[in-house]
Amino acid sequence: MTIKKELPEIFEGFSEARRNGFIAAKKFKEQNRPMIGTFCTFMPQELPLSIGAATVSLCATSDEPIAEAEKDLPRNLCPLIKSSYGFGKTDKCPYFYFSDLVVGETTCDGKRKMFELMGEYKPVHVMQLPHNPVQDLAHEMWKGEIIKLKELLENQFDTTITNEQIKEAIVLKNRERSALKEFYALGKLNPPALSGMDLLKVLYGTTFKFEKEDTIQELAELTKKVTKQYEAGQRLEIKPRILITGCPIGGVTEKVVKAIEDNGATVVFYENCMGAKAVEDLVDENNEDVFDALAEKYLKIGCSCMSPNDQRFSLLDRAIDEYQVDAVVEVVLQACHTYAIETTNVKRFVNDKKNKPYISVETDYSTSDVGQLNTRMAAFIEML
Amino acid sequence: MYSIGIDSGSATTKGVLFDGKNVIEKVIVATGANPRRTMEEVYNKLYREKTYTVTTGYGRALLKASNKQITEITCHGKGAAFLDDEISAVIDIGGQDSKVILLDRELNIKDFLMNDKCAAGTGRFVEVIMRLLQEDLCDLDDYVKDADATKISSMCTVFAESEVVSLLAHDISGPSIAKGVIESIAQRTSSFAKRLPLEGKIFFSGGLAQLNSMKDAIEKSLELEIVTHKDAQYVGAIGAAVIGFQKNT
Repeated sequence: MTIKKELPEIFEGFSEARRNGFIAAKKFKEQNRPMIGTFCTFMPQELPLSIGAATVSLCATSDEPIAEAEKDLPRNLCPLIKSSYGFGKTDKCPYFYFSDLVVGETTCDGKRKMFELMGEYKPVHVMQLPHNPVQDLAHEMWKGEIIKLKELLENQFDTTITNEQIKEAIVLKNRERSALKEFYALGKLNPPALSGMDLLKVLYGTTFKFEKEDTIQELAELTKKVTKQYEAGQRLEIKPRILITGCPIGGVTEKVVKAIEDNGATVVFYENCMGAKAVEDLVDENNEDVFDALAEKYLKIGCSCMSPNDQRFSLLDRAIDEYQVDAVVEVVLQACHTYAIETTNVKRFVNDKKNKPYISVETDYSTSDVGQLNTRMAAFIEML
Repeated sequence: MYSIGIDSGSATTKGVLFDGKNVIEKVIVATGANPRRTMEEVYNKLYREKTYTVTTGYGRALLKASNKQITEITCHGKGAAFLDDEISAVIDIGGQDSKVILLDRELNIKDFLMNDKCAAGTGRFVEVIMRLLQEDLCDLDDYVKDADATKISSMCTVFAESEVVSLLAHDISGPSIAKGVIESIAQRTSSFAKRLPLEGKIFFSGGLAQLNSMKDAIEKSLELEIVTHKDAQYVGAIGAAVIGFQKNT
């Protein structure tokens, strides 16, 4: 009977990673190793990794500091941006506190302008991200920004970063991506091996672990364990299979996953940026020009701040087939214009090209819409 | 063999008793501040031996005797299709939300939209304005019969209320304001509904479906044929009862 207890405990462990991460971060800092706070997935983690630094996501997921943020920022702004800013301003986020350097990217307009104000509390280096990933010079521009970040790290931490170090970091980060991919590929199993909520706990929790080797090992062990128990017959009930796409989720926005799973369906795949979006493609380890390899990989992230954004649709296309998805739920955070506008094309793609039902829900970091979310999700699932 | 369908809405609670072919009893009461007690009251009025009960609407989880809970989206789709099997979509304007439900050829729900963020463009909006004009909602059709609409530009119920106060202060007539409110809701509803590919005959349900002036205004702004039914206010409860009957046989 001990085995049965183990998996939930492991999932909880991942889920607590963010809360317990405070101590982990403190210990990490006591080793005199730098910590880099990041926002979007475009920041090449390989660079901090190459000097033994850790990266931690500062994209916040709670409404706690929003009131404070709204003293400076408009109310009608994405809750992720307000919350991230608010945590920085109030200094309530240990990760923000421990970050020696904060790196942002010019992804959406909201973040871009928020970084200006955030710079008053903490040094923020903003990488200039081109918004058309396939146009002439986009690749060169992004490569230049990556080299600039490398130089900044060298200056700030008084070190030199060699190509060899970056290569090693590329291999390490690729191994972490592969371990994550193998884990979330468990979602392909039908009947399911694990709930969408457990999937999310692991995907989200991983971003608050600082030692890559440990993370890789934990993930591999977890995948093995789930597979073994699945083969031994531990399976979940067959229910409609949902793919979640759209804005980042985690923290309070787990309410959407809960509404789906409480009302008779299972989430089998997360296309969002805390899910597969930035993990699917590896960095080319054979490219001798490491900056070229990094620029190529990171420009392939299918975020709605890109236009055209073909990468998102090709990932959706593959995932809907491979994960035997019955329907797609898109989560849009209030006032996220790029994702909100792109819902039209995603709906068309899912309805017309993939012949699957699609629904988009707009939400924020409050819990006031839980009732409405439940009704919507229940109605959507009744329709399947 | 009977089934009971109860729709616990924000303004009214509707219940029907269904024998598999016809609705044989109907009850409607104001939901009030205690939706659980109201649902029990409706249930007790309809109760027969050997009934299967399906509840829907905001308060669907409150009735202990409920055998199954189904969302108002599914129930409205089913109920409207039961009342008229030639329709292709349902527009429902309820007490505090509005919804559009798209049906396929087999009258199954294909897609839906729900506007539940605020009371603008719902039955509540009309209720608030009519209270301000000191007129009874049931007489609205007669009240606006010969009036020219005054444009109401505020979409928010609270702002619209103050807009109406200032229109009254400018000596604009009540019927003209009421007509403006109707047109504003119709336009809001149809631009919301047009987000789904509507065609053919559309069923209009909810409390406001009883008003011909409302139906005509929506028909005009949507440019599609709108039909309704004398029991359109009960459509959610009817859908619940129809589903309940199928479940139990």
